[in-house]
Amino acid sequence: MTDVTSLQYTEQHEWIRLEGDTAVVGITDYAAEKLGDVVYVDLPAVGTAVSAGTVVGEIESTKSVGELFAPVDGEVVEANQAVIDTPELVNSDPFGDGWLIKVRAGDLPAMLTHAEYRALVGE
Amino acid sequence: MTTSGPTTARLSPLHDVHRASGASFTDFAGWQMPVRYSSDLAEHHAVRERAGLFDLSHMGEIVVVGPEAGAALDAALAGRLSSIAEGQAKYSLLLSDDGGILDDLVVYRTGDDRFLVVANAANRELVADELRRRADPFDTQVFDESDDVALIALQGPDALEVLQQTPGFGVAGPGNDEEDFDAAVAELKYYRSFPATFQDQPLLVARTGYTGEDGFELYLAPGLAPSLWEALRETGGSRVVPCGLASRDTLRLEAGMPLYGQELTASTLPAQAGLGRVVALSKEGDFVGRAAIERGPAPDAPVLVGLTTEGRRAPRAGYEVYRVEDADAAPVGAVTSGALSPTLGYPVAMAYVSPELAETGTRLFVDVRGTRVPATVVDFPFYRRNA
Repeated sequence: MTDVTSLQYTEQHEWIRLEGDTAVVGITDYAAEKLGDVVYVDLPAVGTAVSAGTVVGEIESTKSVGELFAPVDGEVVEANQAVIDTPELVNSDPFGDGWLIKVRAGDLPAMLTHAEYRALVGE
Repeated sequence: MTTSGPTTARLSPLHDVHRASGASFTDFAGWQMPVRYSSDLAEHHAVRERAGLFDLSHMGEIVVVGPEAGAALDAALAGRLSSIAEGQAKYSLLLSDDGGILDDLVVYRTGDDRFLVVANAANRELVADELRRRADPFDTQVFDESDDVALIALQGPDALEVLQQTPGFGVAGPGNDEEDFDAAVAELKYYRSFPATFQDQPLLVARTGYTGEDGFELYLAPGLAPSLWEALRETGGSRVVPCGLASRDTLRLEAGMPLYGQELTASTLPAQAGLGRVVALSKEGDFVGRAAIERGPAPDAPVLVGLTTEGRRAPRAGYEVYRVEDADAAPVGAVTSGALSPTLGYPVAMAYVSPELAETGTRLFVDVRGTRVPATVVDFPFYRRNA
């Protein structure tokens, strides 16, 4: 079970967990619930250079399409094949097996703490 | 992201029941209605495989009553409503003078001189006003009873069995007991209704729906709705899943049923939407929209088609349709509804396209957020249950 209080968050409803110089990125339970059942995930290819705040992927539910924003500058080093094959992982385990991409990051921009993020979404 | 509705939103008589069930709500035509309870996919599959329970209390119910009620509806609506028998129902359209669709309706004949007109929530006032105005020359009266009528739908292959097993039902009138009800509901044909009782209170049981499955729609007093909802859930157990509007939309889409505001608008002529058969041009006398319908849509007016696309990215409302992959080409149509079909596993969509491209098998492209996705024109419905 992921300790969600140890993660960092963005206003675009992503979470980030640092593993050395690699940022693991997913979307929050709040975002997953708002989307509804996720049926398709489009992720950037390994090697893609991404810059913070740009759209790099799509998370599509039966009812709507959510955009995945890169939370940091860097290079995609892994895309979660399990989530591509089984998109419902985004709903069932958004902070764990439902992670989306790993980005080798340079300097991290300022992000939200768990408490700040919860305040943002009104919880 | 969804936004919360206005604080003045109307609430269903089942609102507290839904909240207790953990429903997520959406603003729909001024109502706060359940969009889903847990998973819209699970709710969708429940209707296809077992049974789903829907709160449709936002729908409008308008009663037309009087010796000339049938004649009034013949003049007011596109179909020949006077010809349906007591207990029958008919899908119909309210047209403008220009022949555009102001609403699509189900009309139940509930008595010799009495009809129940069920309108979309967003159009309820318009339909009531138009019916009042159009019925004025006739010996009939129009009552908007929407606030006094709740609507619960039980849809899916297990719906009949659950309805029969649920205690508290009877048929209206003498001989009111459960066995009579069980027989009446089993014999009830599609697009038929009969007056019944639940806990000795009146309700109308109709074999109608908007999911492509067998099922029932139950019209009753708002005060009775929570008891009926709980009784159906308790009897149904794991066979009955409460379903929100999200699953209702994917279910109707798979079944090829148009949605007002998406496929049907005031600028859509019935023939464009494939609903030419709903207009009874052979009926005697004039009806609103007749002249425009007889003129017909312009030869190049777009027509509604079904599309399937490759991959898993669904075309969605507003996405443009192209004849060729060439990025510089002009669009030949636009999507009005689309989803990755939960039952079929591939994307399905409804779109209006130029009539010369409407033939089954025509290859087209849909622009899905910058990518031209190959699409094929297919016949409706996308999904048909095994009879």
